[in-house]
Amino acid sequence: MTETKRLLKNLGTRISSGARGAVSRKQMPIVPPDNVAGRAMVLVIAIMTFLSCLTLGAVTLVRDTAATWQTQIAREATIQIKPEEGLDMASALAQARDIAASYPGVVDATVVDAQATARLLEPWLGTGLDIESLPVPRLVIVTIDPLSRPDFAAMRSQLQETVANATLDDHRTWVDRLVAMARTTVTIGMSALALMLSATALTVIFATRGAMAGNGHIIEVLHFVGAEAPFIASQFRRHFLLAGMKGAAAGGIGAILVFVGFYWWSSRNMATPEADQATALFGNFAIGPSGYIGVGAIVVVIAVLTAATTHVTVLSYLKNVDSTHPDSM
Amino acid sequence: MGPEILRDVSFHLPERSFQFLSGPSGAGKTTLLRLLFMSLKPTRGLITIFGKDRSAITRTELPLLRRNIGVVFQDFRLLDHLTTYENVALPLRVRGREESTYRSDVIELLKWVGLGERMHVLPPILSGGEKQRAAIARALIEQPRILLADEPTGNVDPQLARRLLRLLIELNRLGTAVLIATHDLGLMDQVDARRMVLSGGRLEIYD
Ligand SMILES: Nc1ncnc2c1ncn2[C@@H]1O[C@H](COP(=O)(O)OP(=O)(O)OP(=O)(O)O)[C@@H](O)[C@H]1O
Ligand SMILES: [Mg+2]
Repeated sequence: MTETKRLLKNLGTRISSGARGAVSRKQMPIVPPDNVAGRAMVLVIAIMTFLSCLTLGAVTLVRDTAATWQTQIAREATIQIKPEEGLDMASALAQARDIAASYPGVVDATVVDAQATARLLEPWLGTGLDIESLPVPRLVIVTIDPLSRPDFAAMRSQLQETVANATLDDHRTWVDRLVAMARTTVTIGMSALALMLSATALTVIFATRGAMAGNGHIIEVLHFVGAEAPFIASQFRRHFLLAGMKGAAAGGIGAILVFVGFYWWSSRNMATPEADQATALFGNFAIGPSGYIGVGAIVVVIAVLTAATTHVTVLSYLKNVDSTHPDSM
Repeated sequence: MGPEILRDVSFHLPERSFQFLSGPSGAGKTTLLRLLFMSLKPTRGLITIFGKDRSAITRTELPLLRRNIGVVFQDFRLLDHLTTYENVALPLRVRGREESTYRSDVIELLKWVGLGERMHVLPPILSGGEKQRAAIARALIEQPRILLADEPTGNVDPQLARRLLRLLIELNRLGTAVLIATHDLGLMDQVDARRMVLSGGRLEIYD
């Protein structure tokens, strides 16, 4: 028998076994939901999530594109031979090709023949020109195994010694520049992301403080009935977690709609000049699976960030109330 | 800093004791109870609660100590958005107890104080006496080691006051020390108990 039952029994009450008239309806939350975490905060969280997801999407797009370019470029090197009076171009090209092909890590070395060279120059010089009669530099395309790159330094010096006017371009400068650009973009994007998350946390701090000030009488009663600070914090946290999840989910869905919309637009307008430009730059504008996983991660991070921020804010608020107004604790 | 409300007050509340605290309005009864409940710190003087020095009690210890103290506030301090039932169950909820373990206790107690029909009503539409009974039920639902009741019968008729007094006496028999602040002489005459009288900031005790 519980203590309360014993008390009532001593007072002459006949105690029924089950709880008569017992109601098993859901209990009201101790902190009422309507005066906490208003719609405005849900909206702010939704907007912040949306912007964070777009930023992350842009970052992954740039990073993936840069990586694609990088591997494409890294797969190739070119040997250029400038024409000169008395140079036997055909044998120079063959010599250069053989030297290149002799290096381990070179998969293939091909001379760009006269027709192909003519085609390359067509946009500038028009059709039907005799390439042999013009002093046009000629190329050898060297295809490289990107996993075991050949010793370019040795190849370069050997080419310079044996073939006059030959220069080797391993595209290193391009690759370095690309890597630097991609890295800068990712850094800027990530900084923007960090700023947005901080702004979200600050919003939640303000909202939590407002909610606590507005529910001062409830906090006081909770203190009086022996509630510990973490319990009080958990009562506020549940509302903010819910608000955070709602806002973050809305923002995330919005961002995914934008991604899908872009993809649809770029695949529908494949042939137009605008789309060609975009495609040339970003591939086919598809946010890969890592982008969508990132959106999911941001949604979770923001919901958790909201709840954690509330928890910490409530605890520090309670601590402050205690030390500044010992009377009201 | 204002005038000292309580001065040279020295007393001891033994375990399982029963006493009244009386005195004219404004004498400092509520202030004394707040000191005992640790919602007020003395500007000077020493208070020992459950053998602990008040000034040495930390913020984390405070809630756990308070769980041994039941308080009926003069102004009830019910939460307006919770039903009578939920208000009375609040101390149990705060202790992390499952609702199924205490539901029948709360309901039986509410029936005993005559609130069986008002269980799912929000405090703003309760009468003063009904609120008072809810406040009493909340204070003793966990059978505290000490119960501090500030005018627990100030808003009810004499018959109901007697019934509530019986409840407090029975609680005391089961081991709770009880301190009732009141200026209702009729109530005090019903029990032969220690009387503590506050006036002019001083305390006199009549055993
Ligand atoms: N926080 C406070 N700060 C300053 N003075 C206070 C404070 N609380 C109460 N007082 C004053 O202390 C005096 C005693 O108040 P208290 O509430 O203890 O009286 P009481 O004996 O409970 O009166 P009543 O019987 O009317 O309830 C009053 O003059 C009141 O104005
Ligand atoms: Mg009073």
